[in-house]
Amino acid sequence: MESMEQILGQQSFFAGCPPEFVRLIAGCARNHHFKAGEYLIREGEPADRFYLVRQGKVALEIAAPGRPAIIATTLGEGEIVGVSWLIPPYRAEFDARAMEPVRAIGMDAACLRGKCDADHHLGYEMMKRFLPVMVKRLHATRLQILDVYGQR
Amino acid sequence: MRADIAKDPFVPEIYRVGSVRRELADAVTLELEPVSGTRPDFRPGQFNMLYAFGVGEVAISMSVGASEGTGFVHTVRNAGAVSGALARLEPGATLGVRGPFGTGWPVAEAEGRDVLIVAGGLGLAPLRPAIQEVLARRERFGRVTILVGCRSPSDILYQHDLEQWKQRLDVNVEVTVDHAGTDWHGNVGFVTTLIPRSPFDPDNAIAMVCGPEVMMRFAASGLQKAGMPAGNIYLSMERNMKCAIGLCGHCQFGPAFICKDGPVLPLERIAGLLAVQEI
Repeated sequence: MESMEQILGQQSFFAGCPPEFVRLIAGCARNHHFKAGEYLIREGEPADRFYLVRQGKVALEIAAPGRPAIIATTLGEGEIVGVSWLIPPYRAEFDARAMEPVRAIGMDAACLRGKCDADHHLGYEMMKRFLPVMVKRLHATRLQILDVYGQR
Repeated sequence: MRADIAKDPFVPEIYRVGSVRRELADAVTLELEPVSGTRPDFRPGQFNMLYAFGVGEVAISMSVGASEGTGFVHTVRNAGAVSGALARLEPGATLGVRGPFGTGWPVAEAEGRDVLIVAGGLGLAPLRPAIQEVLARRERFGRVTILVGCRSPSDILYQHDLEQWKQRLDVNVEVTVDHAGTDWHGNVGFVTTLIPRSPFDPDNAIAMVCGPEVMMRFAASGLQKAGMPAGNIYLSMERNMKCAIGLCGHCQFGPAFICKDGPVLPLERIAGLLAVQEI
């Protein structure tokens, strides 16, 4: 049976991460399974967990009163669900719903924040991995709101 | 190309609308048959100049491959005076057709390699003949991936074809929309977000990209970030085509005429021009 350290080491998100950091991160990680329709994260809750999807598809949703929820984006294998754990006040900004059965590595965010605070090299390593994720999503969202498809 | 077209490319042939299929709220597919003679052969990615009598001409790519019938099939979006007049044609109506013109998709060059099709909005129309040709000779290609982006689930073009392609076990089809409710089970996000999730060998793949120019620019950038060389990325460019044979200059794009040197061009030839405004 593979250890969590080995599983994390196989994820592209952690590619090139020094083994001592992978070991530290693995100490905050465990496997999770979600059925279709289950929520990984609820908007407004403390952002005390984030996930690395190993299999399945997750919808990030925005709920609005009196109307059905709107899917802002979908995330799949190898992608991160939850970035609010990095930013005070550490509250989830979206609902994250499993669109199909999902297998994911869940991280105890408080545990990892503590380790990042204690070891700034680890914190910088995590920032280097999360910042591109956030920039890519911001960029993709800009293209989404441009509504370009009607132009051809 | 027929000899008479080669002699005078400005003289349209008369075609009759055989059928009209409504694809989207603002787009229809017209099946055209020649009133006399036979339809010329053409390659996936080429276009015709369609002439709505008394209104004008517009360049529209073929949306079904040459081997699929005896006429031309064009999908037209009602986006202006001429395309609006074409989109309102009914079965039995006639129109003028000049063509085929331009370059085609590099389907033959893609043999033995992975094929990545990236379509945005109505950009799936010029790509459909290439997809049909690849799937008709599927064993000659590596992995085949079709990525389609559009506004919302109700804006998905050729749903029937997409469903059929999805059912095949030898094609990876992913559709993504900008906006959707919770009843949508597909992807949500811009089409470029699907590129890193797609299975292809960047050193041995051909990408064919068609859609709004902004989308093509960012798709090309995403493909290059995934390691694909610019020479293996092909875009179908759109400009104001008039003569369609490289004489009038209306469709000039830097040193190239889109009607004659394109519409399908390798990224390496136009990469430096894509971000230049007012070209």
